[in-house]
Amino acid sequence: MAQVTYLDAIRQAMIEEMDRDPAVLLMGEDVGVYGGAFKASAGLLKRFGWERVIDTPISETAIVGAAVGMSYLGLRPIAEMQFIDFIACAFNQITNFVAKSHYRWGAPVPIVIRGPSGGGVHGSAFHSANPEMYFVHTPGLKVVYPATAYDAKGLLKSAIRENNPVLFFEHKFLYRRIKEDLPENDYTVPIGQAIVRRPGRDVSIVTYAAMVHASLEAAELLAKEGIEAEVVDLRTLLPLDRQTIIESVKRTNKLLVVHEDTRTGGIAGEIAALVTDSAFEDLDGPIRRVTSLDTPVPFSPPLEEHFLPNATRIAEAARDLARY
Amino acid sequence: MAVEVIMPQMGESIFEGTVTKWLKKPGDSVDRDEPLFEISTDKVDAEIPSPAAGVLKEIRVEEGKTVPIQTVVALIEAPGTQVAAAKPAATRPSEAPAKPPAPAKAQAPPPQASQKAEQRPAPAPPTPSSAPAPLSETAPPEAAAAGEDEEETVTDDGKRIRSSPLVRRLARENGIDLGTLTGTGAGGRVSKKDVLAAISSGPERPAAEPAAKPTAPSGAPPAQTSPGRVSLEAALPRERIYFGRYEVQPMSVMRQRIAEHMVLSKRVSPHVYSIDEADMTRIAHVREAARSEFEQKHQMKLTFMPFFVRACVDALRDFPTVNASVDGTNVVLHGEINIGIAVALDWGLIVPVLKHAEEKNFLGLQRGINDVAERARAKKLKPEDVQESTFSITNPGTFGGLMGLPIINQPNVAILGIGAIQKRPVIIDDAIAIRSMVYLTLSYDHRVVDGATAHQFMRRVKERLENWTEDVL
Repeated sequence: MAQVTYLDAIRQAMIEEMDRDPAVLLMGEDVGVYGGAFKASAGLLKRFGWERVIDTPISETAIVGAAVGMSYLGLRPIAEMQFIDFIACAFNQITNFVAKSHYRWGAPVPIVIRGPSGGGVHGSAFHSANPEMYFVHTPGLKVVYPATAYDAKGLLKSAIRENNPVLFFEHKFLYRRIKEDLPENDYTVPIGQAIVRRPGRDVSIVTYAAMVHASLEAAELLAKEGIEAEVVDLRTLLPLDRQTIIESVKRTNKLLVVHEDTRTGGIAGEIAALVTDSAFEDLDGPIRRVTSLDTPVPFSPPLEEHFLPNATRIAEAARDLARY
Repeated sequence: MAVEVIMPQMGESIFEGTVTKWLKKPGDSVDRDEPLFEISTDKVDAEIPSPAAGVLKEIRVEEGKTVPIQTVVALIEAPGTQVAAAKPAATRPSEAPAKPPAPAKAQAPPPQASQKAEQRPAPAPPTPSSAPAPLSETAPPEAAAAGEDEEETVTDDGKRIRSSPLVRRLARENGIDLGTLTGTGAGGRVSKKDVLAAISSGPERPAAEPAAKPTAPSGAPPAQTSPGRVSLEAALPRERIYFGRYEVQPMSVMRQRIAEHMVLSKRVSPHVYSIDEADMTRIAHVREAARSEFEQKHQMKLTFMPFFVRACVDALRDFPTVNASVDGTNVVLHGEINIGIAVALDWGLIVPVLKHAEEKNFLGLQRGINDVAERARAKKLKPEDVQESTFSITNPGTFGGLMGLPIINQPNVAILGIGAIQKRPVIIDDAIAIRSMVYLTLSYDHRVVDGATAHQFMRRVKERLENWTEDVL
């Protein structure tokens, strides 16, 4: 087994799926000749040709619209957003058309919309967004956001094979920082299943994407103080794996939700409501959240550092919960 | 954070105390356990040690003022407060200076055993008025904001208990009264840990609370439960208690302690009773002959009690399992013989302890018995005077009782009851004689003392009494 980065895992998933199924194609800005802004599709044009690796004009609406049309004709397009921030340009296509097509016309849309997301790389307010919650709020979509190379590959393959639209968020901070040994064989990771990354008995930290790593780091700090934190990686935000969350809270009786998305309207609020609905009598403390601040992502490195959650802040909140 | 200094309970019947002197002024630094103030109660005068090291921040009860027990009399600012206030993250549970006692300990140990803990002003469960203040000082701002309007359980007597949905569910499912627990969580909250400890350490609890409490007929005041102790549950539905004309007298604190202790003793110890009789004629003669000289010489009365104590001490020496206590699966054999002597008071009953009876001569026994009995009646007992008994004697005969079957004074395993000494016709060598007789009863804990041992013990007491040889003067 070779060490594979999170970015290469995504590239491998696309290659393997395009090898497996001739209906799968990739389209987006600079995905062909340039190989993608982050080189996620390096070599794909050469391997699959211009009919299956398509450089598009700079129009996210057009990319998503064209993908929907192709999917109606039997293809399974992967639409890349060069930076996920610009998915907002295709908001109408996605929320009013992609999400509702199957419901309204009985016409499923088997497309994947993927792109680099998240901060921590000094990308400023237009290149660091976490827009997942706009879409988690939209019935008819599936939203995944992996934290590991294994999951990135396995979930992208599942997304491509899925007969309904999947939004696939990739964390660009993890692209080259995460390296793992991946199995040689064909595997998938099911959509809609969270995973316990680290078991613990004192407090549940429910999180996803880059914050999984910050939370695991916090759990290490806490373990030295005798606080055993359980870290749950959601992996899929929609549909949410309620069972894994509730089971974890029933084990630890304390819940901390951590996300890099801004605070207001983030998934922490949704999970807090879910847990009070389903496991109120298992709570031994308030539900806390550690999130980014309710501001645009700052460009200034010290400000961005202040804006983002980190292991220290997560550990602080967990410590406070443990005191209850 | 500020540590609350409370008016301690200095004895079973004590419910208020007077601050007689402050040994520190506000601003003075004080070590943990350093004498902080002096109090006077109707039984005990004592120096009260500081519950924490720090600086005396505020005196709330001035010299000469009398306040109920558990009242906060002062605040001590523990070191590290400024740091903690500026950097809330640094506050860890282990740093909280006012750690309440472990929950297991707070679970209604027998009153005598718990008195040791009561000597020291252990941090009280937060009173309604003071609860929010320490919380906002200890918890990070965010926690305080979220925690301030957290649900509270208010007990019948108005004590507020901070807990969580989980804790309330566990308490409900296991029949635990949260009012009896001491919270060790942030701001005195009863945490999961506290309630789990209570569940695992309290197997003798009733499985669940009665489903519905019958409501009292109008006019019947709610029965008061004492906070921090096993509440005395009513044995009967309330409508069967309140009928016709009645007057309700709340139990005194002492009465409640006695009631708790009796229920506890009957619950933990399987009582067995052995009855014997002793011929006291010889001792009656010895006492009659020595009486006036003894009283003149020692300026105190010569009673029957030291004779019985001496007989018990000798018998206890021979049967160490009767001079013992039970701790789980261990029998603790005491190396000294401390005799608890039940003293009836107009306002209740107390069992002061004659320490090291095995080291005393006859005069010392009589002096010691008189001393504790007099001090009991004058409310001059110190907490240590009612602790560490290893065996007890009660004397229902004082009030004319032929015999009594006493309840064991925990943590003893046996108690001797002495009936009235009466002249009775008895058969000696096939002749009927008039002798001074006494019925002796031994109540003993069958967990550790079997009938054979108990009867042999009683035999030894009887022999000692009937063949008295010791000089009493």
